[in-house]
Amino acid sequence: MSLTGPELAIEARQLSRNFGDLKAIQGLDLEVEKRRIYGFLGPNGCGKTTAIRMLTGLLKPSAGSINVLGCQLPQDAEKLRLKIGYMTQKFSLYDDLTVKENLQFLAKIYGLHGKNQQQRINELLSIYDLNTKATQLAGSMSGGQRQRLALAGAVLHKPELLFLDEPTSAVDPENRREFWEQLFDLCDQGTTILVSTHYMDEAERCHRLAILESGIKRADGSPDELMANMHAHVIEVIADDIRALKKHLIGLPEVISAAQLGARLRVLITKKVTNPIEFLKQLPFSKSLSELAQVRPSLEDVFVTCTGEGRQ
Amino acid sequence: MNSFLRIQAIFFKELMQLKRDRMTFGMVIMIPLIQLMLFGFAINTNIRHVPVGLVDQSQSGLSRVLVQTISATQVVNFTQNYLTISAAQSAIAAGEVHAVLVIPKDVSQRLVRHQSVGLGSPPASDEETSRPIAQWLVDSSDTMIASAIKGLRNMPLAELLNKPANLSTPTFQVTLFYNPEQRTVVNIVPGLVAVILTMTMIMFTSAAIVRERERGNLEMLITTPVRSFELMLGKIIPYVFIGLVQMSIILGLGYFIFSVPVNGSLLQLGAATMLFIAASLVLGLVISTIAKNQLQSMQMTIFVLLPSILLSGFMFPYEGMPLAAQYIAEALPATHFMRLIRGIVLRDVDILNMTFDLYWLLAFTITGLTIASLRFKKNLD
Repeated sequence: MSLTGPELAIEARQLSRNFGDLKAIQGLDLEVEKRRIYGFLGPNGCGKTTAIRMLTGLLKPSAGSINVLGCQLPQDAEKLRLKIGYMTQKFSLYDDLTVKENLQFLAKIYGLHGKNQQQRINELLSIYDLNTKATQLAGSMSGGQRQRLALAGAVLHKPELLFLDEPTSAVDPENRREFWEQLFDLCDQGTTILVSTHYMDEAERCHRLAILESGIKRADGSPDELMANMHAHVIEVIADDIRALKKHLIGLPEVISAAQLGARLRVLITKKVTNPIEFLKQLPFSKSLSELAQVRPSLEDVFVTCTGEGRQ
Repeated sequence: MNSFLRIQAIFFKELMQLKRDRMTFGMVIMIPLIQLMLFGFAINTNIRHVPVGLVDQSQSGLSRVLVQTISATQVVNFTQNYLTISAAQSAIAAGEVHAVLVIPKDVSQRLVRHQSVGLGSPPASDEETSRPIAQWLVDSSDTMIASAIKGLRNMPLAELLNKPANLSTPTFQVTLFYNPEQRTVVNIVPGLVAVILTMTMIMFTSAAIVRERERGNLEMLITTPVRSFELMLGKIIPYVFIGLVQMSIILGLGYFIFSVPVNGSLLQLGAATMLFIAASLVLGLVISTIAKNQLQSMQMTIFVLLPSILLSGFMFPYEGMPLAAQYIAEALPATHFMRLIRGIVLRDVDILNMTFDLYWLLAFTITGLTIASLRFKKNLD
């Protein structure tokens, strides 16, 4: 690392993990800058949770090296615990304790007591809008409230690095927006955040992201970079019989995918074709195409293009 | 300091969860209460009123007096009459009666030649005096019932013959210490403390870690700075108090309802009980680190519980078991505590005279705690 280069919170080299014959993670290289939100985007079962568990020291890697906040894992896992916060995919605080009791429990575990503890808990209750729920059992709260409690628990000891494993999978869009506002607040205060998700709109909010599929990193970069460097043209087509057109198109080797969006068909065509609109017009069934336009790619297009390679 | 705070955090969390779990909380009180009532009243090794049948082939005044004399012992209850021996045998097989008394036709001839009557004139031959006067057919599959009836074998016939009773001098004088009235409950109540503590203590803690894993809390806990032994200790301590409460319930009710005295020092009783509770809890923790789910932990608890009831000396005397079984019993904490608590409660022994059992429990606890802490890894591999 050069002196002028960015400070890294996480640096992993050729990280692999096998469960028996299953290769959950293969040769993952990862660099996460400090004070940034880094995203893991990928379908279920692509190894996001396994990767996070290795980076938090909960799982030993089968191969490769990990350096998190200057700690070598898995050897220094115990030393790392005070510096990181981890919000698990499933709610992992106690259902049969109240909001306040859960936070008090965690505070004591992290060595906070007396006035400091009270102050920090009150602070968290107001930041995460849990004041009115303080004496309610965690198990009886809604998904959004529980998720706010889980985040409050994960940041209670003011960790430098926060791991969030699919934090918004049980939360409605309104609460998700709110949640991301809170993440940006934390980031602004100097916390590095690594978040895994399978929602495109969430991935788009990250400073940088890595696209994972079957344990392999397919692409990484900022969302804009990823969209700019995509290996496909995006064409939106309006046609009479979209279902039939789609069937024809996906049979062609130049077409990566075709997805219907209401009355339109969004077609991804490989960059090997220089003029995609001409290419579509030459096709034998082109008479039915009424409108053709090249549009700006979305993150979903990037995702489909990257992960498509594995399937072809 | 931080370590103490973390143990305290786990401790209060466990208490809070226990308080909210009404069913478990109720069981803490109800298990000792109900088991004490059940066992205290039900278990009795003095066999009384065994239902038996009668085949009276003599139909004489003598046979009727004989039946009345036997009934007066209260060991058996004549409930059925059978005409033939084969009918009596099938009644035994069917479970109607446990035994049948067969009084032969010549019962009076046999009686006058019996040694308890004397020699008569002409003097009876050896062959004649060695003839019993009647026969018992016994279903001996239950050894306790069989031996109760075997106890009638040498029943004195003095009363039957209008002779003064108790003329014979026993070979030995027997002085009964600690339980002169021979009440089974005196032995049962302190033993019950050991059995119930084994059950509840192992059951509670064996589920402890497993439950955290099943509910997903463990994944959160292991990313915190809490250490294995802090987690183990914090989880154990609330149950120590519960164990002491259960012991007090059993011995207290035993005193008031069954008049079982507590002869020894309460302090020593408390110390020995604490040691046993610790050993049981630690055993539960070890199970907890092995079991994958609560069902498995429950099965392993039963695996330990049954030998603790059957081999520890609670039901059958330790000395009566074969050597191999004695070794197994020796490995169980319940066996050692059974000796200690019976010693303290019934015989007012100073536990410092029973150091072997004390040291054994102590060693068991320390070894178990070490194993549990080592086995509990703070990762998900």
